[in-house]
Amino acid sequence: MDVGIVGYGSYIPYYRIKTEEIARVWGANPESIKKGLMVSEKSVPGPDEDAVTIATEASRNALALADIDPEKIGAVYVGSESHPYSVKPSSTIVAEAIEATPIMTAADLEFACKAGTAGMQICMGLVGSGMAEYGLAVGADTSQGAPGDPLEYTAAAGGAAFIIGKDNLLAKIESTSSFTTDTPDFWRRPGEAYPKHGGRFTGEPAYFKHIVSCTEQILKDSGYEVKDFKYFVPHQPNGKFPRIAAKKLGFTEEQVSPSLLVERIGNTYSGASVLGLAAVLDQAEEGDKILLTSYGSGAGSDSFILETTGRLEKVRENAPSVESQIEHKHYIDYATYAKYRGKIKKE
Amino acid sequence: MNQEVAIIGIGMTKFGELWNRSFRQLFVEAGSEALEDAGIKSEEIGALFGGNMSAGQFIGQEHLASLIMDHSNMTPQPATRVEAACASGGLALRTAYMSIKSGMHDVVIAAGAEKMTDVLPSKTTGALATAADQEWEAGFGATFPGLYAMIARRHMHEFGTTEEQLASVSVKNHYNGSKNSKAQFQNEITIDDVLSSPMVADPLKLFDCSPVSDGAAALVLASAEKAKELCENPVWIAGSGQASDTLALHSRKSLTTLNATVEAGRQAYKQAGITSKDIGAAEVHDCFTIAELCAIEDLGFCEKGDGGKFTEQGETGLKGSMPVNTSGGLKTKGHPVGATGIAQAIEASLQLRGEAGDRQIDDVEYVLTHNVGGSGGTAAVHIFSR
Amino acid sequence: MSVSRFWREIPSRYNLSGGKCTSCNLINFPRRERCKDCGVSDFETIKLSGLGKILTYTKIHAAAEAFEHETPYYLAIIELEEGPRLTAQIVDAHKGEVSIGAEVESCFRKISEDGKAGAISYGYKFKPRK
Repeated sequence: MDVGIVGYGSYIPYYRIKTEEIARVWGANPESIKKGLMVSEKSVPGPDEDAVTIATEASRNALALADIDPEKIGAVYVGSESHPYSVKPSSTIVAEAIEATPIMTAADLEFACKAGTAGMQICMGLVGSGMAEYGLAVGADTSQGAPGDPLEYTAAAGGAAFIIGKDNLLAKIESTSSFTTDTPDFWRRPGEAYPKHGGRFTGEPAYFKHIVSCTEQILKDSGYEVKDFKYFVPHQPNGKFPRIAAKKLGFTEEQVSPSLLVERIGNTYSGASVLGLAAVLDQAEEGDKILLTSYGSGAGSDSFILETTGRLEKVRENAPSVESQIEHKHYIDYATYAKYRGKIKKE
Repeated sequence: MNQEVAIIGIGMTKFGELWNRSFRQLFVEAGSEALEDAGIKSEEIGALFGGNMSAGQFIGQEHLASLIMDHSNMTPQPATRVEAACASGGLALRTAYMSIKSGMHDVVIAAGAEKMTDVLPSKTTGALATAADQEWEAGFGATFPGLYAMIARRHMHEFGTTEEQLASVSVKNHYNGSKNSKAQFQNEITIDDVLSSPMVADPLKLFDCSPVSDGAAALVLASAEKAKELCENPVWIAGSGQASDTLALHSRKSLTTLNATVEAGRQAYKQAGITSKDIGAAEVHDCFTIAELCAIEDLGFCEKGDGGKFTEQGETGLKGSMPVNTSGGLKTKGHPVGATGIAQAIEASLQLRGEAGDRQIDDVEYVLTHNVGGSGGTAAVHIFSR
Repeated sequence: MSVSRFWREIPSRYNLSGGKCTSCNLINFPRRERCKDCGVSDFETIKLSGLGKILTYTKIHAAAEAFEHETPYYLAIIELEEGPRLTAQIVDAHKGEVSIGAEVESCFRKISEDGKAGAISYGYKFKPRK
C-alpha cells in the first residue's frame, strides 16, 4: 500500500541579514566566514512571526496543493526547537488555523533539526495503518544564535509542511529508516535564550556519523544505489557539511545542490531538510527518485526514499515555490535584526 | 426662539498637566466656580450630570456619581455619570438639558472632568484607544491618532487636502488659545513648527494632536422661570442634537464624513429654527486637526472637501467669516476628555455674554458647540443664543 | 486581552470567518448578532478569501503598550473582495507598496501577547499581493 505526500508547502520570511553585516558588528572577517560556512545571508523572522505562524503559512500552502477537506486530517504534528510555548502545543493552533479541528489528534515534537521528519514518520504510521486518513507533519523554526557565536551567522527561520495520505499522491514514500544515538553535540536548557554546542564535536561524531550511517542503512535495505537517485537532500546546517556528506556517500554535486538553500537563507533548523525537500519537489519531474536524510542534534537521522508522480507538476503551481520566497526579500541591518529577534528590548 | 433652558453659571479649572490637583480637587474647583458665577448655593441644585470617560482606567475609580456629590458636599442630591468617550461632556450637557426640559428639575449642574496624568504615557494610548472598537480596531493595533490619521489620508486622497492645510488648523487654534488664560498652551506656533514636530501616526504629527490634559468644567443650567429669577445674562440653549454611528471607523458609510455630526447638527439646527449660515462662532471637536476640517464641513460651514482651503484662507480665524474654536480648541485649550463638551459650552457662554476678551467675536447671536466621541461613534451638537 | 476573549473570536481571527445574511445576502464580518443592513439574525457561515485592497492607511509611531515593539507599523482599512471592511496591520511592505488602492492578501501573524509569560493571540494581518 502506497503512503506518500498529497500536498506540501513552504514558508520563508521576508527579511534577510548578510554575513558581512553580522561580521561587521563583531569585528570578524566576513570573507573567511562565508568561505568557512558557505552562508552569505540568512532569513530573519519579523517581530510578529514565530514557529506557529511559519508552520501555519506552510500548512496552508500544503493544503492548496493537497486539495482535500481539511477536516479529514486526522493528525497534526509541528516539530520545532522554537515552539512559542513550552507548554501549550503549536500543533493545535495550526490545526485550528487550517480548520482541521476537532476530530483529530495533535502533539508537538522536538528533536533539534529533525523534528519535522520525525512527524512525517509518525504520520506515515497513522496513515499506513488506517488510523488516520491524512496526517500533517511540519518542521518550522525561528532559531536563535547567541550574539557573536558562529551559529549567529546561520540560525535562521523557515518551515515546510507535508500532508501524508494514501491517494492522489504527488510523491510516494517507498520507505523510511532512522539512526538514533545519545550524542550530546548541541543542546538548550529550559529558560536559556540560546543553545550551546560542542564546537568541532558537532562534526564527525554527530552530523556526519548519523547522516552517513542512516543513508547507508536505507540504501542497503532498499537495494538501491546512489546513482539511482536524481536528488539527495541532506540536512543543511551550513553550505559545507552537506557537500562533504554527499561526497562521502558518493553523491555528485548535481544530485545534492538543488536542495541546498542554506547559502541564501541560513539554517532553518527543523525547517532545513524539509525545505530542501520542498525545493526539490518544486522542480522534480515525474518518476524522479529522491533520498532525504535529515539530522537532529542529540542525535538522530531519518532517511526517506521518495518517487514523484505525474500529479506533482499539475498541482505545485497552487502555492508559492521555495525559490520565489527566497527571492522575495528585504535586507535589514544588525540593529533591526537584534530588535526583531528580541536581543535588545524596550523594558 | 427657544428660551426654555439657560446656562446661568460657568466655571472651569485651568486645563493642563495639573500635578498638584487630584480628580476630586478638579471637579470641586470647577463646580464651586460655576455656583459662584450663578450666584446660588449648592443646596439649590436639583441634580448633577457628570461626564467622564475613563476614571476607571486613569485613576482606578468608578462610582463617580457618589464621589462627586460626596466631595462637593451635595449629598443627598442625585448625580449621574454619563459616558461616550470624548463626547461625555456634550452628553452630560444634553442629559442635564433634558432633565429641565422634561420638567423634572429646574436647576441642575452639567459638568465634566478628567484626570489623565496619573498614569504613565505608555498606558495613556491604550486607555484612549478604548474609545475605539476594542475587538476589531484597538485589538489589532489601531490607536486613536491612527484612526484619525486614516481619515486624514482618505481626505487627502479624495479632496487634495494637504499637510499644510491640516497644520493651519493648529496654528490658528494656538493663536486663539494664546488669548485664553485657562488654556493649557499659551504659545503661538507656525506651520513649520507643526510640520517638523514628531510623527505620531502618519500624516498626523505631534502638533496635529490635542494634548493629554487634566481639567474640569461645570455649568449651572436653569429653567426659563429660574433663569429669569436668578440671572441677568442667561445663555439660552436654542437647539440640542445627538446622534450615534458605528463604533469602528471601517464600518462607516464614508471615511471622510462623520454622519453622527451631520445628524446631530441637523437636529440642533432644526430645533433652533436656523441654518449654519446663522452661526456666528463655533467650538468644534478638534481632537486632531483633521477632525476640525471634517467638522466644519459636516456642520455646513463650508462644502465637503473644502475644509482645508477654508481654514488656510483664514475664514475660521477670529477675523474670518466663520470663527471656529475661538477658545483655542482642544489642541490649545487642552482635552481633559470628559470636560471638553462642557468647556465648549463655557466658551459659547463667554462669547454670547461679551466676556471673551481678546477673542471676542462681535455681534454674535448664535454659537454652536460640537463634541464627538471616538472616531465619530457619537456626536452632540448644541446651539446657544442670547 | 484575556484568553477567553480572543479564543471566542478564533474563527474570525484565524480564518476570516464571517456570516452571510440569509435575508439580504450581506456578508457581515465579523459575525454580529443582527445583520448590519437589515437587522435579521440568521446567517450562513462564510470563509472570506483574504484578498482585498487598501482604502486608507497610516504608519503608527506611537502605539499602545502591546504593540510598542513593532513601531513604526502600517495600519490600514482594507476592503475585502466580498465587501466587508476591516482594520489590520500591513506587514512585509516597502514604502511604495502601501497606497490607497493597493491590492493585499491576508496572512497569519502574532497580534499581541499578554507580556512574556502571558498567552499569545494570533490573527490576521495583510501584506502586498505579489
